[in-house]
Amino acid sequence: MHCHCQSFELLKLPQDKEIIALVGNPNVGKSVVFSKLTGKYVEVSNFPGTTVDINYGFYKNYVVIDTPGVYGISSFNDEEVVTRDIVLSVDKVINVVDALHLDRDLFLTQQLIDYQKDIIVVLNMFDEVKKNDMKIDIDALKKTLGVEVIVTSATKAEGIEKLQEAIDKNLFRKGNPTPQLQKLLQEAGMEFSEDGLTTAENVFNSSISELQEKIYSLRRSHVDKIFEKAVKFNTKKLEIKNRISEILVNPITGIPILAATLYIMYYFMGVLVAQKVVDFTMNKVMGEYYIGFIKGLLTPFVKNIYIQKILIGNYGLLSMFPVVFLGLLFPLVVAFHLFMSILEDSGYLPRIAALVDKVFNKIGLNGKAIIPIILGFGCVTMATMTTRILGSKRERVITMFLLGLAIPCSAQLGIISGLIARLGFWYLVVYILIIGLIFGIVGRVLNKVIQGSPTSLFIDLPTLRVPLILNVIKKTYYKSKNFLIEALPIFVLATLILGFLDATGLLKIIEDFTQPLVTGFLKLPKQMTEVFILSIIRRDYGAAGLVTIPTTKGQMFVALVTTTLFVPCITSFAMMTKESGLKYSLFVWVSSAVIAILVGGLLAHIMIA
Amino acid sequence: MTLDMVSKGQEVVIKSIKSKNARIYALRFGINEGSRVKCIAKINNGPVILRKNHQEVAIGRELAKQIEIEQ
Repeated sequence: MHCHCQSFELLKLPQDKEIIALVGNPNVGKSVVFSKLTGKYVEVSNFPGTTVDINYGFYKNYVVIDTPGVYGISSFNDEEVVTRDIVLSVDKVINVVDALHLDRDLFLTQQLIDYQKDIIVVLNMFDEVKKNDMKIDIDALKKTLGVEVIVTSATKAEGIEKLQEAIDKNLFRKGNPTPQLQKLLQEAGMEFSEDGLTTAENVFNSSISELQEKIYSLRRSHVDKIFEKAVKFNTKKLEIKNRISEILVNPITGIPILAATLYIMYYFMGVLVAQKVVDFTMNKVMGEYYIGFIKGLLTPFVKNIYIQKILIGNYGLLSMFPVVFLGLLFPLVVAFHLFMSILEDSGYLPRIAALVDKVFNKIGLNGKAIIPIILGFGCVTMATMTTRILGSKRERVITMFLLGLAIPCSAQLGIISGLIARLGFWYLVVYILIIGLIFGIVGRVLNKVIQGSPTSLFIDLPTLRVPLILNVIKKTYYKSKNFLIEALPIFVLATLILGFLDATGLLKIIEDFTQPLVTGFLKLPKQMTEVFILSIIRRDYGAAGLVTIPTTKGQMFVALVTTTLFVPCITSFAMMTKESGLKYSLFVWVSSAVIAILVGGLLAHIMIA
Repeated sequence: MTLDMVSKGQEVVIKSIKSKNARIYALRFGINEGSRVKCIAKINNGPVILRKNHQEVAIGRELAKQIEIEQ
């Protein structure tokens, strides 16, 4: 046995309970089954050594782990590594399959059976089966697979009781392995056991062996037979979902819809939240009531001028910091993750990848790179990690560079949208054109300079769904929480540095020193230096500084473009160093600064008199 | 003929997939040599989007060139 109990210790799972792993393809409603089964006691924990977050909860005497969605047990990406390790170290597995995609999903089911796991299969989304005029012969399915099959429609909580009953009665069974598999393994001189199969299927390796391919083909044709026997289709019946999917991926209709989606996002973030909500939270609640309260409270007690500056001065830890963090960033971060969760749960993202594939090929990427880039609008640091899903080192290097250079992250995006909305519509258009142009030019240059060519796109487009409100809220909550917890210490640090520079008069010296660049070349007000200093630490913090500095329209526009292109924040710098080495991250850092200042200077000379 | 030459709305059978990686991915998505698929969308000089039963996949142009199909 390959025991990966170490991982479980790191996950802080209780040791005295038996573990059930919930396993399934992506987007089969696994998380919904999970939350309905375990109730509200969900714990989230990052799987050691990966970017993958694992949920686990409790059902009676069991710990239930919600594993990342995968198409098979192997090591092609981070999610698979995590699921592989969990599956190989437990005995009991609940395999959730999408009733609409049985031909795809049963491959994993049959693989789990071949590994001789004790299994219960959950045939989820069964409500869709009736709606779509499909017939599934459950008894035939049970018989050929040799395991218990429970029918559920988890989003309506149907069938969950039956699943609980099956767990209580311990109906986990080892099913019927793929016929001829034993023979195939023996011919190759391998034992038909978990160990033998992991070796034969190259489970711990991302390369592909001939034997692995043979096993896969054998399993595929067996699954196709099961599928044909058990599932009757009425393919003629035109479904709304198929139609919508076609509309989304066909360029003539798909591109306007994509543009509209992005505009809605801009309107929601930039107009509704960044202006209306923030106006209330930052200016009224925090700026007026809170500042008045804290200054009134502390001024009589803190007489030392330096401490006063650091605590409640212009950049004070108890003045500017909570105003910006709670009044400005918090609503923006929540709003962004709300929007992203809806996009993610609807199944739209992979369709965007298909739409942009052709254009992305020109900058050395394939459409899949849109996923880290869209996530980059949330947090460039997280997105830098997510580049691991891309096919080659070359693609990762290009994507990380573009993320560091041209992608503003959630709160920064919100602030920028808000400030641009005030400038006027044409400023928005020109801003998008300029950032898009830089993105394209830099991407093309990198594509030319770095040896190789883009790998080809090959992705699964999940069934479109209306996102469940509860799931979206949960996701938004966890993501915003993680983001804010991670950001908090860096914000405090940044505030202290700036407060220190201010209190000691160093800020003025730096401002004088950078004056030729900031006021001379970029033609911006002197205080913009503070924005740049803050941007080095956190881009959103820097952008927040823009809100308070009085400028002309032209100056504001130059400042927005320059800070968007300016260096990646210290956390994404650290992440880039971790993923690609210090030489690379320094290169990205210096290049972004140079590009930002050159583009900003050029614009300044065109737009500012 | 190869998959990049398929047109929107056409139904074809996959004859062979040259790339090893693509073959493995395809097997797991439910598509193998001999599968009958329908092209539901195609972006000019870009990817081909296929549907088999209810399963949809997008395949980049370079990869599509390596997939043999017949009517």
